[in-house]
Amino acid sequence: MTTETIQLLTPEGERVERPDYPLGDVDIRGMYRDMVLVRRLDSEAVALQRQGELGLWASLLGQEAAQVGSARALSPRDMAFPSYREHGVAWCRGLPPVRLIEMFRGVNNGTWDPEEHKFHLYTIVIGDQALHATGYAMGIQRDASEDEAVIAYFGDGATSQGDVSEAFGWAAVFHAPVVFFCQNNQFAISAPPERQSRVPIYQRASGFGFPGVRVDGNDVLACYAVTRKALRAARDGEGPTLIEAFTYRMGAHTTTDDPTRYRLASEVEAWRLRDPIERVRAYLARTREADAAFFEQVEAEADELAATLRAACLALPDPPPMSLFDHVYASAGGGSGSAILDAEREQYAAYLGGFAEEGAE
Amino acid sequence: MTIMTYRQALHDTLRAEMLRDERVFLMGEEIGVFEGSYKITAGLLKEFGDKRVRDTPIAEEGFAGAAIGAAMLGLRPVIEMMTINFSMLALDQIINHAAKIYGMFGGQARVPLVIRTPGGGGQQLGATHSQNIELFYAFVPGMKVVAPSTPADAKALLLAAIRDDDPVLFLENLGLYNTKGDVPDADAPAEIGRASVTRPGNDLTLIGYSRMAHVASEVAASLAASDGLDIEVVDLRSLRPLDRATLVESVKKTHAAVVLEDDWLTYGIGAEVAASISDGAFDYLDAPVRRVAMAEVPMPYAKPLETAALPSRDDVIGAIRQTLAAVGRRAPRPAAANGVAQ
Ligand SMILES: Cc1ncc(C[n+]2csc(CCOP(=O)(O)OP(=O)(O)O)c2C)c(N)n1
Ligand SMILES: [Mg+2]
Repeated sequence: MTTETIQLLTPEGERVERPDYPLGDVDIRGMYRDMVLVRRLDSEAVALQRQGELGLWASLLGQEAAQVGSARALSPRDMAFPSYREHGVAWCRGLPPVRLIEMFRGVNNGTWDPEEHKFHLYTIVIGDQALHATGYAMGIQRDASEDEAVIAYFGDGATSQGDVSEAFGWAAVFHAPVVFFCQNNQFAISAPPERQSRVPIYQRASGFGFPGVRVDGNDVLACYAVTRKALRAARDGEGPTLIEAFTYRMGAHTTTDDPTRYRLASEVEAWRLRDPIERVRAYLARTREADAAFFEQVEAEADELAATLRAACLALPDPPPMSLFDHVYASAGGGSGSAILDAEREQYAAYLGGFAEEGAE
Repeated sequence: MTIMTYRQALHDTLRAEMLRDERVFLMGEEIGVFEGSYKITAGLLKEFGDKRVRDTPIAEEGFAGAAIGAAMLGLRPVIEMMTINFSMLALDQIINHAAKIYGMFGGQARVPLVIRTPGGGGQQLGATHSQNIELFYAFVPGMKVVAPSTPADAKALLLAAIRDDDPVLFLENLGLYNTKGDVPDADAPAEIGRASVTRPGNDLTLIGYSRMAHVASEVAASLAASDGLDIEVVDLRSLRPLDRATLVESVKKTHAAVVLEDDWLTYGIGAEVAASISDGAFDYLDAPVRRVAMAEVPMPYAKPLETAALPSRDDVIGAIRQTLAAVGRRAPRPAAANGVAQ
């Protein structure tokens, strides 16, 4: 098999015509803006973590096109299941970024309503969400809903997990309306994709009986067009597609990692020349679809977003101590859902009350 | 004797065992090039090559199962589960196969497998990454589960685990890796299934394992200084087989016991310990056995909530005072108890 990579915009910003992947009425300026803003929100979050304001952050640097392109292809009713790095997808789904910050700061566990933004909670146990997405897609089938589909995000490393293979098998057998979007960012912490698969990842789909396609993951137009086509096929009852977005994790695995220990600076430099944002900027400038004022305005917006986010982060209150016992059971009635838990809660309240009395003395 | 960290003791012992026995080999995620998420395997890929130190795909069930096959054919795999939470993906291989093969083949095939893995909360890793689920393995006949609390035991128990012919879950702890202690230079494996009395005393038996054995020693020392209490500390070291005899003997002497555990209270390791004491020393008890455990909630990610959920020194001291008050041996003082003490 040959390895074909779908590309609609070269690293130099030249358009490549692909009639088989139509772009439709696409808002390239909007895509550019989204990518600049999510990159800025990402770098601000890394800075906040470095300053001790967040527990952890998993940077999306380098993966802006894969995330913005695919997420912009979703219709408002489509559901997205992220792993833990999909801040760009969250942004495109309209999730206020402070909700992500709240979670990584540890104010809560990520308590947004998945249905409100059609964006599920982050999943950190590798690969599990591929099955959740498949189950959700089967629900859509049951409802005979024709204008909905699901997208599951996971990494190259996740493709080694049984859950992901099982999701592939299930989705294929039941023609579930789900798109598997694998961001091959060349690393699973330090392990390269060759540690996970002998064949290019997208080719694994054929063994399960559904199409797989590799797309230039740093090309926002191609990611958009390829995802749009796969979602349409899913909605039309043609079953799943595996999309491998071939990209590169420019930053560390997470803020606890030091990638200089396992990769060469020259490799990172080579990928910098394929930056997902620069090529769109070059295209917009050359075609005069945007002028200097536009780029300046987006920059200003990005700075403002970062400042607002920082202020919002620092203003977040600590969670109330008694919230420890909230949300263990859904069927809790007025209590916490079990007599043992109620007793623990009472005991803890008394303990905290003791401090309050001491303070009053 | 050499003073070293728990991490160093594990590393040096793995290395020594690999030098001693070429059937010993390592598998796991990120253990080679990356040298392990917690650096236990630092330098071993370089020294032994990738036949002996194998970076695996991210597939816990995969490498657990492969290790079982390798062990049945005479190798002695030591696998690393990045944290005990991810070992859940391999439960079927471990519980249905590693623990059963010896019995189901009528004793003809053995699975000399070691599963090294850290447990432990308190690192702000969230609900799915902070669990203490060693109980799952300690529940299963055919498995052995050891849980060293000191660098010396890290060495002695790892030696024993690698040389054992049965599958052993070797429980490490994120909070212990940097702790230091004396480690004997001699090649002296521990006896799996033996608790140790790490501090003799007469007033009360304080029982723990892994991180909580540490807390037990600290609290016993501080109450000796502040209150003149003479507390005996028992470090379980082995969760299966459980050393009931040592527990019973200690309680026959002290007449009171408090059990410390980092896992959840209901059905936790402490429940088995308390039941063992009640079975073996009921007539000697002057007060009910108390347990101090984690709050029965998924571990919160927020630092203040996580701290509140974990058993604290105040909880331990509170439980000791309540127990002694019930015995009537010491005047009760106002207990400062948060979290769980029952
Ligand atoms: C079941 C499980 N095993 C191991 C881990 C530890 N872990 C966290 S991220 C990661 C690498 C994942 O790589 P990939 O799927 O490529 O996603 P990326 O981080 O590159 O986005 C690993 C092994 C985990 N979270 N869950
Ligand atoms: Mg990856």
